[in-house]
Amino acid sequence: MKKSIGVRIWRFSIIAVVSFYLLMPLYAMFDFSTKQFGLGGKSRNLDSWRIIPSQPDLVIAITRSLLTALIVMALILFLIVPTAIWVHLKLPILRRPFELLCLLPLAIPAIVIVVGIAPLYRWISINLTESPITLAGVYSMLILPYTYRSLSAALDAVDIHTLAEAARTLGASIGRVIFGIIMPTIKTGIINGSFIAIALVLGEYTISNILNYKTFQVVIAQIGRANGNVAVAVSLASLLFVLFLLLLIPNKKRLGTVLDVDVK
Amino acid sequence: MTQIPIQGTGPAVGRTSSRYWRSKSAYLGVLPFLLFSGLFLLYPTWNVISGAFQDESGKFGTKVLVEVFNSSSARAGFRNSLEISAQTAIAGSILGGLFAWAMVSGKQGGFFYRYSVALSSVLAQFGGVMLTFAFLATFGFNGLVSTFAIKYAPGSFLAESSWLYGKAGIAVLYTFFQIPLMVLVFLPTLENMKPQWREASDALGGKTYEYWLRVGIPILTPSFAGAALLLFVNSFSAYATAATLINLSDFLTPLAIATALTSEVGGANPAEAKSLSAYMIIVVIIAMSGYALLRRKVSKWEQRR
Repeated sequence: MKKSIGVRIWRFSIIAVVSFYLLMPLYAMFDFSTKQFGLGGKSRNLDSWRIIPSQPDLVIAITRSLLTALIVMALILFLIVPTAIWVHLKLPILRRPFELLCLLPLAIPAIVIVVGIAPLYRWISINLTESPITLAGVYSMLILPYTYRSLSAALDAVDIHTLAEAARTLGASIGRVIFGIIMPTIKTGIINGSFIAIALVLGEYTISNILNYKTFQVVIAQIGRANGNVAVAVSLASLLFVLFLLLLIPNKKRLGTVLDVDVK
Repeated sequence: MTQIPIQGTGPAVGRTSSRYWRSKSAYLGVLPFLLFSGLFLLYPTWNVISGAFQDESGKFGTKVLVEVFNSSSARAGFRNSLEISAQTAIAGSILGGLFAWAMVSGKQGGFFYRYSVALSSVLAQFGGVMLTFAFLATFGFNGLVSTFAIKYAPGSFLAESSWLYGKAGIAVLYTFFQIPLMVLVFLPTLENMKPQWREASDALGGKTYEYWLRVGIPILTPSFAGAALLLFVNSFSAYATAATLINLSDFLTPLAIATALTSEVGGANPAEAKSLSAYMIIVVIIAMSGYALLRRKVSKWEQRR
């Protein structure tokens, strides 16, 4: 299809304007992070990148946040996905209520959830543990709409009833049907859900800050108050890390389901 | 296909119902999830909604709701929130929609397309602390643009970064994540536009602008409006970016909620936080219902995966 000159000019100027808007702050981050500490210095160096590993709080926070992400992924894998399959297979009556429950977080902003959940976490930190890893509970609920969407798209694409019947007929247990037969067929949906889990846990600030947990973002904010260059370097590094993870996701065509993310 | 009845729970009727499997004990299967979501999702929701109808001592009533409604600072914060959300939803949906069009009109699956999609999905999540730092590095003190502006345009507003810490700054920051979100939401719609429509318009002698005016824009409007509502909600519920950028504790409703919940100076006031939250939920639910209605209209022609 041949395009007219007018269309080309339009297209080019739109791309130029939007790319400038989106890429300039990222370049500015790089620029800022290579500046010398303090004012006046003209020369460039990578000092603020070099001292990232020696920030004591930061390494702990990253480890913790990654551990939290792992727990969220485990919750998706062993609680949310099996329940979704179970409802699809055995309780079609509950499909609608289940969907509504999964989409509920879309109507409740994180700042509102934190108001409601503060007493629960106060109780947990007094009676059980003060570890920020317990945030995995509320995080897994925050991403429920996205998990549900990528799952239900995957579940609708495969005829899981036939698969389940065939497996049952051949003598598979119900656990085997769910974990051994159906889950592998909706692998892409699950991988997509897990990616969102990592992105959310690494980027979450609202809940952890208000509940006084030192997660990755909270620590970045703290570092930023003392040393802006390092904080900017860390932010850029984590952005690149998430981008790298996303490009790792296999099967480019399926990327669409991951990206069908609606609301933060 | 053959139906095999198992354990005499009645004959199989159809594949879709899976009736031969259904029994009372099947409900036990959803119990773990129900307990978990009850604790981490339903309990907080209930806590906020019921708490909005209680006063500080726990007595049922609409006293706090009315107080918050009449409070001038709460109103100002709400107005700011609505205003900024509307502005960034409009700016984000127009810029993002145009960019999505630029993506589809290029080579599908090409380098530019693939990387734009990947970058959009990362940047749409790029809010909060890191976004604040990115813009401080750009427009803030000693930032990229402000250093440049001090040198070449000392009189301009870019040379001093005070504009960043107000309404304008928040709107610019929010638009940064609204654009990529719009790209992600709107891209499937544009991709599902049938080339036959364009061909039909061309065959009937329609010009490019006529095609867009009479076919393209009318057919995209519901989807575009729905996406803009989504962006509105996205910005309305955002907290982290504003919280790390400015120190005004009740400039936006989310900031006011956090202050009411945690403030040590005036004493924490969960009742007020819950009432503010209830008003937020109302706005979000209205916007999301509008979104759902518009989506239903769209899905008539758009085959979503």
